[in-house]
Formats: sequence, structure tokens, C-alpha cells
Amino acid sequence: MAGMLYSLVALGFVLIFKASGVFNFAQGAMVLFAALAMARFAEWIPQWTGLDNKALANVLAFALAAVVMFVVAWLVERLVLRHLVNQEAATLLMATLGISYFLDGLGQSIFGSDIYKIDVGMPKDPVMILESTFQGGLLINKEDLYAALIAAALVAALSLFFQKTSTGRALRAVADDHQAAQSVGIPLGRIWVIVWTVAGAVALVAGMIWGSKLGVQFSLTTLALRALPVVILGGLTSVPGAIVGGLIIGVGEKMSEVFLGPYVGGGIEIWFAYVLALVFLLFRPQGLFGEKIIDRV
Amino acid sequence: MFYRENGQFKTSYRADEQIFPIAQDRWAILVILLIAFVGVPLFASDYMFRAILIPFTIASLAALGVNILVGYCGQISLGSGAFMAVGAYAAYNFFERVPGMPLIPALLLGGMSSMLFGILFGLPSLRVKGLYLAVATLAAQFFADWMFLRIRWFTLDNASGSVAVSNLQVFGLPLESDVSKYLFCLTALALLALAAKNLVRGAIGREWMAIRDMDVAAAVIGIRPMYAKLSAFAVSSFIIGVAGALWGFFYLGAWEPSAFSVDQSFRMLFMVIIGGLGSIMGSFFGAAFIVLLPIGLTLILPPLAALIGIQISTTASSHAELMIFGGLIVWFLIVEPHGLAKLWSTGKQKLRLWPFPH
Repeated sequence: MAGMLYSLVALGFVLIFKASGVFNFAQGAMVLFAALAMARFAEWIPQWTGLDNKALANVLAFALAAVVMFVVAWLVERLVLRHLVNQEAATLLMATLGISYFLDGLGQSIFGSDIYKIDVGMPKDPVMILESTFQGGLLINKEDLYAALIAAALVAALSLFFQKTSTGRALRAVADDHQAAQSVGIPLGRIWVIVWTVAGAVALVAGMIWGSKLGVQFSLTTLALRALPVVILGGLTSVPGAIVGGLIIGVGEKMSEVFLGPYVGGGIEIWFAYVLALVFLLFRPQGLFGEKIIDRV
Repeated sequence: MFYRENGQFKTSYRADEQIFPIAQDRWAILVILLIAFVGVPLFASDYMFRAILIPFTIASLAALGVNILVGYCGQISLGSGAFMAVGAYAAYNFFERVPGMPLIPALLLGGMSSMLFGILFGLPSLRVKGLYLAVATLAAQFFADWMFLRIRWFTLDNASGSVAVSNLQVFGLPLESDVSKYLFCLTALALLALAAKNLVRGAIGREWMAIRDMDVAAAVIGIRPMYAKLSAFAVSSFIIGVAGALWGFFYLGAWEPSAFSVDQSFRMLFMVIIGGLGSIMGSFFGAAFIVLLPIGLTLILPPLAALIGIQISTTASSHAELMIFGGLIVWFLIVEPHGLAKLWSTGKQKLRLWPFPH
């Protein structure tokens, strides 16, 4: 479950890194911002319009939040990325950190800083599965199951989008080589807006799932920091890497907490993920599925 | 209108290779030191010391350490907060556990511990680089956060991980007043800055820069990457560790692990990037910027809001501060991606020719 969410956040990282070479530290802030927007719109829409159909309100709120994320993406491209073309990686990294501070502040001043609940009506009762396969079966929370399904659907939709549409093809071209893509007439600026919007949408879904489970609050931003090992484990440039990495880290974290935690006092989840990723990196410096790094002098 | 090196002829290699080759620079440094050591204590108020001067000196020291690693050796590190934490907690343990341990050796031992920690977490840099390394150094950060929160031994069995120091003295002189704390931090800063300036102009500094510019090429011409990278990690984390110990001992007085969280790492990286990568002076500029900006914003925002007729609550103003801080950083990176030090050197170039530029 956590692994699925990490995959989603990591997917956002990978998308932006592939397309613009920016390591986007603002992904966590985007998750928070999107989730806050969604939660508050779902609350406000019935008040504004007198609508009392909950599902419809939720859908509308989702759409509005998506629009908000599009505006954010557009502004980021307009005001920040456009001016920072060809800068060093460290400078770009810092710029996204600046963006993340800005989004944190903006989101909380517009939408308020309390804990909000997103209620999309996901069933919460646990079910038993595989009882016939082995004794006892598996106890699974239905909510987790739905979340996993949503995440899987999103990933499938994204890969279709990347493989089959012309925009997707343009995105992959930009990812391969900015200059070459630009020289055959692909508008770089528009591609960046699209990528940041898609990353924003992914952040929205991640924020929605997380928010409906635990409520929307400031700690959502730390989700990004916990998803970082996933990204480097899977490889910065690989979409399947983000998904597989997410599952490995999600499982590894929980296993370490259960089996190792008691010996050392618990709470080791967060750094264990990093250490796991580090060990992987020692053997494959480019991550599991990353492109091979070639050094030329 | 500005000074030039005209007429100052170097007749020996020694003269050519000194730290400040131009006489005016030497005088300027002396004057600045004199102002910092004598002038400032005469005029500054207690608030100035506590809110601005002490944090600024310590932050400059930390930024200096980060700059050696990131700016000179090109290894992006997000684990600086962890190095600070190790320095602070190690110094605390030496200070409290060893009976009769004087303050200065405790601080230095804190720096040493941080150095060992830095070398350990610098090992991945031999295999991974760039952004992968940045994320790898975050491992150090989260490990340190966890270690000082959960392993009670480090905090003398205190449940929340918070510790406090008292009764600080150097050579029998008590360090209780703000002036004495400031002077102590300033001395540490001046000594370490001089040492750092010296290091980066020597053989080892040139090795770091070669590694930064192109590590494969550097290895080809005979620079050992392992030695160069690990020495950069060692020197940098020693300085950061001492800064962390000073931060805990003299600025905070009592602290808990969250004082050295990942935010602290980010702030230090901001200082280095805004100040200027690969510039000792840039570290000071950056530290001043990052230390002064939040204070300035807190001072300016409420009157400004009152001016346009809105009453803002404390939460709203703290959010607004966050926004302005983020916005300013982005704006600054766009306007001057090479940092304040670059601005300074451009200004100097311009002034050399003023008022008759070609």
C-alpha cells in the first residue's frame, strides 16, 4: 500500500526528471497543494452551488484541483524554468526547493492549515482473500485494494499516453535529447507545461489516496522525502523503475520495521529505505533500470 | 576609482603565491577583522548579538564547510544537518562525560567525530555522483535524526533527545555574556576560514577543483579520486561539525535532534548556492542573506500589511513569509545563478575601469 503511493510520488519525480532534467524537490509540496485543493473544493462546492450529491461534488473538486495543478505547472514553466535553462543541476534543485517553500506557504494561506478529510467514499471494511489457497487467508483492507487499483490504472494510462499519442512521443523525444527535439520543431516550453501538469495530476491522485486514508495535513510533504530512495533505487529515468522501486521500498520498510526494529528501538523505516537504496547504488550506480551512465572526457 | 594592483611587483614565488596577493586586500581584511573583533562589540546591543551576530558567524562557518564539499569538490551533499548534529552531540558527550574536559578540546573532538561520520557517508561518492549522490547523502541525514532520537546513550538517557549545556568557560574565563560568546565564535570562524582559504589554494584544493570540473579527466592525469573526494568530505564535515557544536553550545544552549533536521541541510545548501559556489567569501554573503532574510521579513511584513489596511494573523504572516522566502530564492537564482560572490566580482571588474570603461 505504502509502496504503491511511493511509486506514485516517484513517478512524478521521474516524469519531470526525464523531460526537463530537473530533480523536482517540489513534488511533495505539489502533493500537499493538490490534496489541499481537492479537500477544500469538495467542501466548498456544495456550499456554493447547493449541490448535495457527494459523488458529483467530489468529481467536480477533482477536476477543479486538476485545473489548479495545470495553472501551477504553467506558472512554474513561465516564471521559473524558462529562465533557468542550461543551469547547473544544483541550481535547478535549489530552485525547485524554492518552489516547494512557495507552494507550502501559498497552499496553506489559500486553503487553510488544519487537517482536512477527503472522503471519496472508499469502503474501509477489511476482507479476507485466498482463504481457499492456504490456511487463514490474507486480511486486506478494501481501501488499500482500491488504492492499489487506482494507482495501477493510472500507471497503465500513463504508459499508454506515453507510447501511443503524439504528445507522448514528443515527450519521449524531449527526454532523449532537448536540442534534437527542439530542432525538429517540438515546442520545449509546451512540453514542460504538459509534463508538470501530468506530474501535478499524479501528485493529485497520490494526495487524494493518502488524504482519504490519513487526512490532508502538512506532513504530506515528507512523503516526497520518503519517495526519494524509490527514485534512485529504480533509476532516475525509468518509469517501470519507479513502480518496482516503490514496491521494493514499501515492502522493505515494513519488513525492516517488523523484523529488525525491535532490536534497535524502532522507527528505522525511514533511513532503512535510504540504506537499502544506497546498497543497491553501490552495485548499480544508475539504479535498477536507469540508463547506463557513460563518462566521456 | 577602485584600487588596482598596479605597481606591486612580485619578486619571489612566495610573494606571488600568498593568500592575499594585493596589499589593499590585506589591509581590507585587517580592517574587517578589527571591526568585527573590536568595533562590533562596542556598539551592538544584546538583541543584535543573540538574533543576528552569533547565528551569522556560526552559519558562515557551516556554509564554509558545505562550500568546500559542494563548491570546491562538486559533491552535492544534503547531509550537512547530520554532520552538524554529530558535531553537536559528540561535543556534548565529550564535554559532559569526561570529567574536567575543557571546552575547546571538546569542540574539536566533536568536529573529529563529525569528520569520521562524514568519511563514512562519503564512501558512496566513490561510486555514485551528481543527483544520485545528493539523495544518498540524505541517508546520513535520516540516520542521524534517528540515531539521536532513539539511542538514549547519546543524550544521557534523556527521553526526548534534548540536551543542554551550561557553565561554559575557556581558560578559566566564563562564557556567559553574549559578547564573549560572539567573540569565541568569531575567533573560531576567523581561524577556520583562514585555514580553509589556505587549503583551497594549495595542492589539495586544486585536486578538489580538478575533481569537480571533470572527475574522469582528473583521474587520468593522476589525481586519486578516492583520496580527493574523501579528504573533501573529511575537511568539510570537520568544519560543519565544529559549526554544529558551536550552534548547539552557544546559539541554542539546549537543543533536540529536530534542531538539525533536513531543513537545516537545505538552508545550508541555499547559503552556498546563493552566496556563490566555490568561493570562500560567498559563504559569508550567503549566510548573511539566509540569516537576515527571515528576520527582515518578520520585521517588515506586519507594518507593510497594516499599511495597505489588512490585519494579518501570525499564521498567515508565517505562511506569507514562507512564500516570500521561496519566491525570493527562485527570483535570486534566476537573476544571478552564480551567486552573490559573482555579483561582487563583476562589480569589482566594473569599478576597476570606472569612470572610463571601454
